[in-house]
Amino acid sequence: MEEVRLMKGNEAIAHAVIRYGADGYFGYPITPQSEVLETLAELRPWETTGMVVLQAESEVAAINMVYGGAATGKAVMTSSSSPGISLKQEGISYLAASELPALILNVMRGGPGLGTIQPSQADYFQATKGGGHGDYHLIVLAPATVQEMTDFVALGFDLAFKYRTPAMILADGVVGQMMEKVVLPPQRPRRTEEEVRAQCPWAACGRGDRAERNVVTSLELDSARMEVNNNRFQATYRAIEEAEVRYQEYFTDDAEYLIVAFGSVARICLKAIEDARAAGVKVGMIRPITLWPFPSKEIARLSAQVKGILTVELNAGQMIEDVRLAVEGRVPVRHFGRMGGIVPNPGEVADTLRREFDVEL
Amino acid sequence: MKPEDIIRPENKVYARPELLTDRDTHYCPGCSHGVVHRLVAELLAEMGLADKTIGIAPVGCAVFAYNYINVDWIEAAHGRAPALATAASRLNPDRMVFTYQGDGDLAAIGTAETIHACNRGENITIIFINNAIYGMTGGQMAPTTLLGMKTATTPYGRTAELNGYPLAITNLLAQLDGTCYVTRQAVHTPAAVRKAKGAIKKAFENTLGKRGTSVVEIVATCNSGWKLTPAQSNEWMAEHMFAKYPLGDLKNE
Amino acid sequence: MKEEIVIAGFGGQGVLSMGKILAYAGLMDDLEVTWMPSYGPEQRGGTANVTVIISDSPISSPVLDTFDTAVVLNQQSLDKFEPKVKPGGTLIYDPSGIHRLPGRTDIRIVPVDAMEAAIELKNSKTYNMILLGALLKCRPVVPIDAVLRGLKKTLPERHHHLIPLNEQALNKGMELVNA
Repeated sequence: MEEVRLMKGNEAIAHAVIRYGADGYFGYPITPQSEVLETLAELRPWETTGMVVLQAESEVAAINMVYGGAATGKAVMTSSSSPGISLKQEGISYLAASELPALILNVMRGGPGLGTIQPSQADYFQATKGGGHGDYHLIVLAPATVQEMTDFVALGFDLAFKYRTPAMILADGVVGQMMEKVVLPPQRPRRTEEEVRAQCPWAACGRGDRAERNVVTSLELDSARMEVNNNRFQATYRAIEEAEVRYQEYFTDDAEYLIVAFGSVARICLKAIEDARAAGVKVGMIRPITLWPFPSKEIARLSAQVKGILTVELNAGQMIEDVRLAVEGRVPVRHFGRMGGIVPNPGEVADTLRREFDVEL
Repeated sequence: MKPEDIIRPENKVYARPELLTDRDTHYCPGCSHGVVHRLVAELLAEMGLADKTIGIAPVGCAVFAYNYINVDWIEAAHGRAPALATAASRLNPDRMVFTYQGDGDLAAIGTAETIHACNRGENITIIFINNAIYGMTGGQMAPTTLLGMKTATTPYGRTAELNGYPLAITNLLAQLDGTCYVTRQAVHTPAAVRKAKGAIKKAFENTLGKRGTSVVEIVATCNSGWKLTPAQSNEWMAEHMFAKYPLGDLKNE
Repeated sequence: MKEEIVIAGFGGQGVLSMGKILAYAGLMDDLEVTWMPSYGPEQRGGTANVTVIISDSPISSPVLDTFDTAVVLNQQSLDKFEPKVKPGGTLIYDPSGIHRLPGRTDIRIVPVDAMEAAIELKNSKTYNMILLGALLKCRPVVPIDAVLRGLKKTLPERHHHLIPLNEQALNKGMELVNA
């Protein structure tokens, strides 16, 4: 029988990464995600699965440990919150450029700068448009529940290894800090040395009996060859866009108005939608689960059906740019957001629907 | 006696080490990197480590070290080699993991990673080339640049008032509980080369024996950056660098 | 059934852990639960609050603007949450530390002198369990038995001897609520 547990999103991440059979976690404390490292330390996976857990001297060191570990073919992750993720951007760019799989968790807090420790979604641009220097993307997964926090660990790692690209779980302080029911996956064994070598023939893990040595590098001073590399990265991104878009629709069948929201905000909107429907207003929602690749086609399809679209985000309006690109001006697209760590309540969402679309709620 | 009578296998005293790739290096003639690369390649072959070694390359002149020594390599971001090595070693504990870093990489931008990897006693070898200048970017001041030394960014000579003091970081590393072997060597004479090789060998043995972090500093020349001939560079190094960076073991446990 | 509850007071009064015990009891009773804390430095000494939702169907928003039930343990929390109780809802407060009494007439207002009762039980740590007993008397969303099973499951074995005291505190809290 599956075991139902009650835990915080951050704690669930720690359990899930061990159970995935990951090889290493490297992190640095920062609110509101320190429970990830704390829970891993409490669980001591090095005594059971052999997973390495290390508190690094900085976020910079942690992401470079991830880079070093990933380059040897290991399944490794790090986690942080917004300011720490900014520090990791250099390393993330190197991971993308070296075509290395890795998992990065960002439990977003309000910025810019040191900002606040309260929930935010203000790192949407940073996560979905690359984040560091150069042309690259991360696969970005946005969990709305503690169960999704758990499940996206395995999904993130699997996609990262499938496409040899780093994946990010873009959560916020609400999902990180809240507790709810979760079913943990069964424990998977860590891959053996032979399995790592078979899965990652490119890994620089010591030549062993490989005929040729491996070098993991992002450096290519010959511009012609660097462009070839870039074209290869872009081909991967096109393949990901083709195959890996994930989203969830709510009440869209008969929707006259559409909300687009991700993460915890989608749940707040869902409550507003329940109230709106009770009042006879047909509001639906699409919740992007992958923020990159973005469900543009699906939003375009729904835009042909509705009178107006509202994006609700914990920021000044970031995802709305992708929604507008998808909608191509067919219907009005409005934004409602709170910033600085303020989480709107369902009533504010209902007020916005009333104000922007002149509906009676 | 004709040349063919001399060029015979039994007279051969010198050859390219098997682990040096057949590739011209980008190093300037007279640069110390070539000698140290050779020592590393010789030792990895002699110690039977070719198949279990992971080298971590820096940013700086040695950025292309992976082109020359024929083992698995990972190219790090500037200064981060010890962080990469930490993970590579912990996740692959039976491998021989070493970093190869210059003074800017190890003692400026990567100071935190260097000190903390050493302080944790990671089972790695750090080979540190200290030539007191940034070579790759065109001869700017390094943290180890001597007072009075002219570089592209200290055109009138380094002053303590403007630039602070030369950093003998190896002395700092010797104070840390995690290091087991910290030594300062040079490769400007045949005798020094032999001693340096012995030092790197001891460091690699420590890494295999999981004894903690070993640091081998090589006080080195950069004749291009110093704007001297190779021979003059060796003399200048012995005369000026060794006063601030004296050769010998700082820690040997 | 869906009960939307906020518990608010000073950090250190056991606000978050009371919410956690309640959420765990919901879990033991096979209900859907969410527990959403205010988090951060204010958890020690400043005001802390936690939203607990217990429902027999999936829960959408863990963040709410109005509540079925509020348990408030200091003046700031009373001022903040009294207006947010839904008409017909319940407001439970501890009169110690309250100088302005709640004034609404469209909700049930229940004073519970938990501080006094904890002193009687000679254990200040029973404070939040007394309040939880009172809450469950007013709003029986989970049975006391589920709370005790939850405690048994979450408390380390070495603290299991405290379960009878907790049961005593829960019962005490129930007694303090006038039917």
